Amino acid sequence: MKFDTPATTNPIDQMKVVGQPLDRIDGPLKTTGTAPYAYERHDVAAAPAYGYVIGSAVPKGRITGMDVSAAQHAPGVLAVVTAENAGPLDKGKYNTAKLLGGPEIEHYHQAVALVVAESFEQARAAAALVKIDYAAEPGRFDLHAARVAAFPPEENDITGPPETHVGDFAGAFAQAPVTLDETYTTPDHSHAMMEPHATLAAWEGDRLTVWTSNQMIAWANGDLAKTLRMPKEKVRVVSPFIGGGFGGKLFLRADVVLAALGARAAGRPVKVALQRPLIANNTTHRPATIQRIRIGATREGVITAIGHESWSGDLEGGGPETAVNQTRLLYAGANRMTAMRLAVLDLPEGNAMRAPGEAPGMMALEIAMDEMAEKLGIDPIEFRIRNDTQVDPEKPERPFSARAFAECLRLGAERFGWDARNSRPGQRREGKWLIGIGMAAAFRNNLLMKSGARVRLDGEGRVTVETDMTDIGTGSYTIIGQTAAEMMGVPIEKVTVRLGDSTYPVSAGSGGQFGANNATAGVYATCVKLREEVTQRLGFNSEDAVFADGHVRAGNRAVLLGAAAAEGDIVAEDAIEYGDLDERYQQSTFGGHFVEAAVDAYTGETRIRRMLAVCAAGRILNPKSARSQVIGAMTMGAGAALMEELAVDTRRGFFVNHDLAGYEVPVHADIPHQEVIFLDETDPLSSPMKAKGVGELGICGVGAAVANAVYNATGVRVRDYPITLDKYLDRLPDAA
Amino acid sequence: MKPFTYERAASPAQAAAAAIQMPGAKFIAGGTNLLDLMKLQIETPAHLIDVNRLALDTIEPTQEGGLRIGALVSNTDLAADARVRRDYGVLARALLAGASGQLRNKATTAGNLLQRTRCPYFYDTDQPCNKRHPGSGCSAIGGVTRQLGVIGTSDACIATHPSDMAVALRALDATVETVKADGATRRIPVAELHRLPGDTPHVETVLEPGELITAVLLPAPVGGTQIYRKVRDRASYAFALVSVGAILQHDGTGRIALGGVAPKPWRVEEAEAELPNGPRAFTTRLMAGARPTRDNAFKVALAERTLGAVLNEARG
Ligand SMILES: Cc1cc2nc3c(=O)[nH]c(=O)nc-3n(C[C@H](O)[C@H](O)[C@H](O)COP(=O)(O)OP(=O)(O)OC[C@H]3O[C@@H](n4cnc5c(N)ncnc54)[C@H](O)[C@@H]3O)c2cc1C
Ligand code: SF4
Repeated sequence: MKFDTPATTNPIDQMKVVGQPLDRIDGPLKTTGTAPYAYERHDVAAAPAYGYVIGSAVPKGRITGMDVSAAQHAPGVLAVVTAENAGPLDKGKYNTAKLLGGPEIEHYHQAVALVVAESFEQARAAAALVKIDYAAEPGRFDLHAARVAAFPPEENDITGPPETHVGDFAGAFAQAPVTLDETYTTPDHSHAMMEPHATLAAWEGDRLTVWTSNQMIAWANGDLAKTLRMPKEKVRVVSPFIGGGFGGKLFLRADVVLAALGARAAGRPVKVALQRPLIANNTTHRPATIQRIRIGATREGVITAIGHESWSGDLEGGGPETAVNQTRLLYAGANRMTAMRLAVLDLPEGNAMRAPGEAPGMMALEIAMDEMAEKLGIDPIEFRIRNDTQVDPEKPERPFSARAFAECLRLGAERFGWDARNSRPGQRREGKWLIGIGMAAAFRNNLLMKSGARVRLDGEGRVTVETDMTDIGTGSYTIIGQTAAEMMGVPIEKVTVRLGDSTYPVSAGSGGQFGANNATAGVYATCVKLREEVTQRLGFNSEDAVFADGHVRAGNRAVLLGAAAAEGDIVAEDAIEYGDLDERYQQSTFGGHFVEAAVDAYTGETRIRRMLAVCAAGRILNPKSARSQVIGAMTMGAGAALMEELAVDTRRGFFVNHDLAGYEVPVHADIPHQEVIFLDETDPLSSPMKAKGVGELGICGVGAAVANAVYNATGVRVRDYPITLDKYLDRLPDAA
Repeated sequence: MKPFTYERAASPAQAAAAAIQMPGAKFIAGGTNLLDLMKLQIETPAHLIDVNRLALDTIEPTQEGGLRIGALVSNTDLAADARVRRDYGVLARALLAGASGQLRNKATTAGNLLQRTRCPYFYDTDQPCNKRHPGSGCSAIGGVTRQLGVIGTSDACIATHPSDMAVALRALDATVETVKADGATRRIPVAELHRLPGDTPHVETVLEPGELITAVLLPAPVGGTQIYRKVRDRASYAFALVSVGAILQHDGTGRIALGGVAPKPWRVEEAEAELPNGPRAFTTRLMAGARPTRDNAFKVALAERTLGAVLNEARG
């Protein structure tokens, strides 16, 4: 189905199943521990061998010698895979560094060997016997130092243009009566998902199957085939359950390639889970940024000039963190500029993490807006609303498809009790606590991607959906089930959803908050096709037929849905494809984040007291799973604001705190009260579902809302994340 | 993990004797620290002597009016003991500020005292570390040191001792009771148990090879307001940036030990005379000779401010 004109009324609008806060259909499997994750696929391979990954001990250089003989003769060892004996390997389209390194080393903990043994313990013990000599080479590990040599990144679909200019930014900024020119930094972040990257691989002749944990089945399928130089058709990727990804599992990673190579070498199935201490340096991370923001405005608070520059680093051939994205779209202003600069760093590969671009970009922009509002003496909410725009400010001929930004801010202010905020910082004290309130905008784009599905109807009236869409803990199973139930007029119990298998039609996959809208739209399209087949078989005029309560009805004739498949299952396959609606209209999601924070006047410890997010993100397909997406994102945003940082050793070239003891993410005690409000909205330009994403909207802006609350509490402005006490202890007001 | 052999000790003395017979032997109690380190090949004992069944898991009153805490009493049980909660509040609070409920159920009193540092470079066997690999150098110095020590450190090692419990025991003037390989017993004040790194950061305590901790002795209660204040980057489940174990009397005197700043619980008795003169005067004495790095210099100021918070809390 081609979606190229705005959606009109369709069966989804009934909202009998879609839009209902249904429990997850995979919930019982998760809560009883019976959802089969990759490392536990005892059902598909009874006695797999175990692989243990060895990561490079140097960040850059060459392996000059490797002695695996002791390991090979250690108890239980079946094989030791290295670049030397693995045979020729290509590199995946989505990978920057090789997944099996050597002799050249591109980053710290790049995999250089896999030891395969009968047991995990044997593999681990033998791995310690592998002797590797390296010739280390000097590398570039410090973004601040490498920044001088940064260059405009190459334009592509993901990156967009490296620079944009509208009007005369420099002139307007110079003339503006009120200006701000500040620099903000965000550190490298680790996805820190609960389930490590894990794969079980098995060969059958020249055919390979991997049970893995991956967000984008088709990308993994293509890149695994490419890496191993095999035809795609001979590779099957299965990933029905994923214990968190956050972008860390968008791509083929070392666990998959090494499990496949290990299984080939050992002649039996092999499973590999990346050891936790390897994950931070072996896999991808969100790159650190340095962001300079300049805003000029009239005394009335009308922005006349807005400029945003961002510097980030990556390995040679990698890409930038697109932290200026939102500044191209969020606020009005006649004179504008944005620019990205990319520095070459020899740190591990930077790549997407939840809301790439906007997450760190909003952390900076929304502090800047708070600072600017203060300079102008205008309430920060009012300042934002004054610079609201209903058209793409760089290309005014493109309206937003829907933009209830101001409504989000107004409703949030009312619900949160924004009135109680003292605009002078450092004024509210409760015992030892300094109390502050802060807010920030939430903004994230809505992306349209082709997405396919196969839907089967059987004689019992049971509907089975198959698509390679993934559920990374987000609720995909449930909203896809709801979509099929609504379309076919059956209760959700009559729908079976099968996901995450490369033998199913290719979907949008899970990333960029594009999964929910596109994958359900693909199921919608397929169900439309199935409905046509059903009506035809039952002798109905498809225009008049109503699918409800397990029946198909027209006039006074009603037939059981299953009757259509009495002679055999009916299978439909289709995909949603898009025209140019996203070119003619800018499609984005909006919101407001509100935070109350308390700062210990003595020690500077920050404790969030309450958080509210108000979101306008099109139709909410399931308020329960959408809410858990948003509160999860708010939690991650709180982590980014207050504690998360991959600490770079700029001499030794690696992330030092590479385990979950060193890389702190919020614990329950850090996150007290969270509330989420969804505006009642539909966006007929986004898809027949009229939905958009929320999973990333929820993180965009949270960090700045926390930062602004800390400022309101203390009067101390911190522009370098995370806002840890050491950065402002000496500037806190006197405690006693 | 290196293959190892295992035995279950029959008595404390036998455990100590066995430990010197087998080169590379280690005691294992709760295993919450040792097993993690073994999995990472940071500790590679050839032989484990399990001390869990030595009946050292009771808390008994002593003749001096204090408590004798068996070496195998779990952190959970110790923190929940009514006598500890009533008379040694700083200890109960320190225990509950540490790790998580699950870990405290397994962690033992002796194991907690002897847990090893959390220096991130110590945990990465691809990096040089004098503590892990004597003579290989210290990769932390000049690197990421925000969490590391500011006082009592050396040019060979700037790691801290991570225990919260030990800080409270130091403020309480507790004593450790041991049995040596030859069967002799001795008592070591907690103040003297841990060594400063000097040139030999891998030698962390004064215990002799094979020497087994059998109990920790608490002197008779000293009363006062007992506070344990732990400052960290998140609200729970993190090691201290700075912690303060305090016993404060109404007359303004008190005892203060610090965690998170040094290779051992940091207490300077002479500095306590300055307590009536306020946090700054006291901290200046307590932290005299501190050698912070650029990344962790804030700990000196934080110690003073945390002490201010504690004194404020004690005033009620
Ligand atoms: C995730 C995590 C978070 C943590 N957070 C904190 C925290 O916030 N604060 C804190 O203080 N601690 C924390 N800990 C550390 C925890 O307190 C220690 O791991 C625990 O106390 C060790 O006790 P154990 O009995 O398990 O020791 P084991 O691991 O069994 O042993 C530790 C060491 O003591 C030796 N040993 C044990 N018993 C004896 C004995 N009787 N005589 C001589 N030697 C002996 C062993 O040989 C070994 O070297 C944390 C640990 C983890 C894993
Ligand atoms: S500070 Fe101590 S523990 Fe850390 S790397 Fe240096 S020697 Fe090792």
